Amino acid sequence: MSDESTEVGLPAEQHDLPHRFENPGLPPHHERLTDTDPRAAKRAERLIAALFGLSALGTIGAVAAFFVVPPEQTVASIRLSTLLLGLGLAVAFGAAGIAAIHWSKTLMNDREMVEERHPQASSAAAREQAAQVIADGVSDSGLSRRGALKGAMVTALALAPLGFAVPLIGGVGGDWNISKFRHTMWKKGTKLAHDPSGRTIKAADLTIGSAVHVIPDGLNDVPDMLEEKAKAMVLLIRLDPRTLKEAPDRKDWSYEGIVAYSKVCTHVGCPVALYEQRTHHLLCPCHQSTFDIADGAKVVFGPAKRPLPQLPITVDAEGYLVAQSDFHEPVGPSFWERLK
Amino acid sequence: MKAIAARRHHKLAPVVLLALALLVTGVLYAAFTPSTAQAASAPTENDLTAGSNLFRANCSTCHGVNAEGRAGAGPSLIGVGAAAVDFQVSTGRMPLMNQGAQAPAKPPIFTEEQIRQMAAWVASLGPGPAIPAPEAVDPSKGDAASGMELFRTNCAMCHGAVGQGGALTEGKFAPNLSTASPTTIYEAMVTGPQSMPVFNDGTVTPQEKRDIIAYLDAQKQGSPGGATLGSIGPVAEGMWAWIAGLGLLIGAAVWIGAKSS
Repeated sequence: MSDESTEVGLPAEQHDLPHRFENPGLPPHHERLTDTDPRAAKRAERLIAALFGLSALGTIGAVAAFFVVPPEQTVASIRLSTLLLGLGLAVAFGAAGIAAIHWSKTLMNDREMVEERHPQASSAAAREQAAQVIADGVSDSGLSRRGALKGAMVTALALAPLGFAVPLIGGVGGDWNISKFRHTMWKKGTKLAHDPSGRTIKAADLTIGSAVHVIPDGLNDVPDMLEEKAKAMVLLIRLDPRTLKEAPDRKDWSYEGIVAYSKVCTHVGCPVALYEQRTHHLLCPCHQSTFDIADGAKVVFGPAKRPLPQLPITVDAEGYLVAQSDFHEPVGPSFWERLK
Repeated sequence: MKAIAARRHHKLAPVVLLALALLVTGVLYAAFTPSTAQAASAPTENDLTAGSNLFRANCSTCHGVNAEGRAGAGPSLIGVGAAAVDFQVSTGRMPLMNQGAQAPAKPPIFTEEQIRQMAAWVASLGPGPAIPAPEAVDPSKGDAASGMELFRTNCAMCHGAVGQGGALTEGKFAPNLSTASPTTIYEAMVTGPQSMPVFNDGTVTPQEKRDIIAYLDAQKQGSPGGATLGSIGPVAEGMWAWIAGLGLLIGAAVWIGAKSS
């Protein structure tokens, strides 16, 4: 460091460097073909005129297409109408733009010019006058003498921004009630229903290999339906009971090989729904996290860290599938206050 | 003609005319109504024998002589039903050419008659889903709007929003549905071939199946928005925007900045 600084600090003449770089100036002006050859200039003019003419034709074409080919009921006619309007507009604006640029490049003056910037500071007299105006105002208001007035004004101005700042900050994030993440609509005895029809499901409806997208019965009637659905959506799958590996404490969470898992990925919350029947693997379309449904939805591939939460299910007296309780852990991706 | 013309003011003329009109309407109706779907006429003894012979000659290497399946080669076909045979063989997925991640569709090697015979024989081994009647897969009898909702919930995650197909894991894929026939779509739903889950009549009702078929049929009109770029979502669209769109803008910027000669 110190060596460098002495190096830089050395007198310039010891390094054979000029004290100041010379301004090299502008490169020599190069005449264009249109500057020297009047016929070339005439050609460019004709080309520009033709481009503007083409632009006018494009506009006429777009207007004509609007009246002659209106979009009808069929997809093909909508497509044709949109295509003709778009082509007309593209030609109208594109040709006009190209013409304008070509005009400026070939016919307008292309002499290099230097425009000096004017000094930014105001003149000394103007600055002095402004300072005098402020000083006069301060002395006239008597700020230095009237202490109570100064205090009142500062208080009022300091409080004023709160009027909009508090509502703005208060509205950030909407609801700070974290406990909502821990619970879903599922509770003991809630029937499982088809998404989106809301038809309830009997265990007998499912064959081995069936995969059903499930919402809680009554979801379509709650006021904040989409919020509740985002937490409560479930994938119901019937497996061959012989292929099912169940943890000892979850033995009674399934019914005859029918298992229900949260459809919200534990990575960042995409709906995990690509179910491969033969491998029992459930794939998330966003980041390819793969869960093994036959083995407690454990993660077999991808960025997800935790298995999908399982919904304990059973059947009621009429054979309908019902939930035994809510999920035993929060669904979806991790959040700070989540304990596991 | 004169005799008829003379009696056209007879008081019974309107009655006779009405009767004639009814008769003509009835005859025309009978002539133009499509014959109601006959659910694949019952197979004869000959069909079963022919089907059994075809099966033994072409399928038994993997599926066993009596369709009982062979470990490591092919699954048992007892109870898969005629629909599974029709789906697999009429789309050329079976007979399989070589073991791989997934059996691809290819031109079928059997005639419709042979497929019907094999399907009848496999169906006789155990109860399973039957080949659907034509009216069960008639797109005009389904509601495409309801079908869209069902497709979005049950099918779109693998087959894509408009049924253009998509990738699964380890070389498996959900095929493009734009060329699949309504019968094939129906059979795939009831049998759940390969990676696909089963959507039996309990989970997706026959009317809902027809709605889904109607939705897929409606997609054959194409997209009103112009080029679909494969309908596979933001990757293709982004590639197009970044390479073609930005390339064009950069080209324009270079042209505007270049000096005219």
